[in-house]
Amino acid sequence: MADLKAVTDATFETEVLASDKPVLVDFWAPWCGPCRAVAPILEEISRDLGDKLEIVKLNTDENPAVTGRLGITSIPTMHLYKGGEIVQTFIGALPKPKLVKGLEPFLN
Amino acid sequence: MPAEVAPDVSEVRDVIIIGSGPAGYTAAVYAARARLEPLVFEGSVTAGGALMNTTEVENFPGFRDGIMGPDLMDNMRAQAERFGAELVRDDVEAVELDGAVKVVVDSAGTRHRARSVILAMGSAYRELGLPDEKRLSGHGVSWCATCDGFFFRDQDIAVVGGGDSALEEAMFLAKFARTVTVIHRRDALRASKIMADRALTHEKIRFAWNSTVDTLHGDRKLTGITLRDTVTGELRELAVTGLFIAIGHDPRSALVAGQVGLDEGGYVVCEGRSTRTNLPGVFACGDLVDHTYRQAITAAGSGCSAALDAERFLSH
Repeated sequence: MADLKAVTDATFETEVLASDKPVLVDFWAPWCGPCRAVAPILEEISRDLGDKLEIVKLNTDENPAVTGRLGITSIPTMHLYKGGEIVQTFIGALPKPKLVKGLEPFLN
Repeated sequence: MPAEVAPDVSEVRDVIIIGSGPAGYTAAVYAARARLEPLVFEGSVTAGGALMNTTEVENFPGFRDGIMGPDLMDNMRAQAERFGAELVRDDVEAVELDGAVKVVVDSAGTRHRARSVILAMGSAYRELGLPDEKRLSGHGVSWCATCDGFFFRDQDIAVVGGGDSALEEAMFLAKFARTVTVIHRRDALRASKIMADRALTHEKIRFAWNSTVDTLHGDRKLTGITLRDTVTGELRELAVTGLFIAIGHDPRSALVAGQVGLDEGGYVVCEGRSTRTNLPGVFACGDLVDHTYRQAITAAGSGCSAALDAERFLSH
């Protein structure tokens, strides 16, 4: 199974904010059970919708700058970025149909 | 995206188990050992149940030094799998439970059939019901200390609730936070004596007795809360950046409402000491039926009963 690309404090600007494609950022950490539960679902969505959006992961443990700037205090949190702006937010592990339904209005 | 029509499964199984906490996995172990070849819908994001979000479990017999909640569930899962249970990380979207052959519909729309069904969907976190709770969830309001505690390092935070879960959260959060205030609507804890003693003597934990949360404050993130004294009605402010809610759980029975008999609390009603519901061949166990005990071990015990009840039902 292809792992999702990891972004960091250093690459967030170029990989997420400056991306032409919509990007879903999964804020996660290794100790978080629901993060592990949702990870395979995100990989599935990435396979299904990979031509329309990019899904990346940001480890909140190793990347405190972006995590702090965005005020993330619950994980998993997922932000959908389009043109550098957050257009959709998911908090907590959600089943695939709910995530897809929340993403679809923002995908071309 | 093209709509995919999933084919139905024509085979009629002996038993389908919905849910995968201690109740669901124990039912799976017993049903598998009875050669009933159970199909278990574990849930796409809820697999393993409530214990997946806990740390040390100290009161599950057989683990004298305690065991981590997720490890305990991984062990139960592997034990069920070892005896041939078929485990699926998927959600059940609908059920048709009356009739001799029950139908269970998965998230792809596939219809699975079985002569008996064991319900073990567990329970979901109860919310405070305050207007700003949803808006501030993920911005200071949380239901999972083990997920989010780390973000409140050296901050003043609070836990609402007075049971074992609330105190466990408070003890865990005290590792990170500067102070943890436990907000409880009564003047005595409901928690076990050992947990209460630990929390009451903890240097970082303080208590707001006879108090409920009246209002949440904060624009983009939580900055404080207003507490209401349950005796005098007086209001007071508490400056906290984190609020962890542990005021109990509600049974996750929406899937079967209208088919299986529920009581006024939404719990599935069972006949006497059995796990039999009002529908023949439909059994229920774990937090879904349990008003009173709600422990991992009692859930596991009732999961065992459900598998034995199902086995007896199928043999007649």
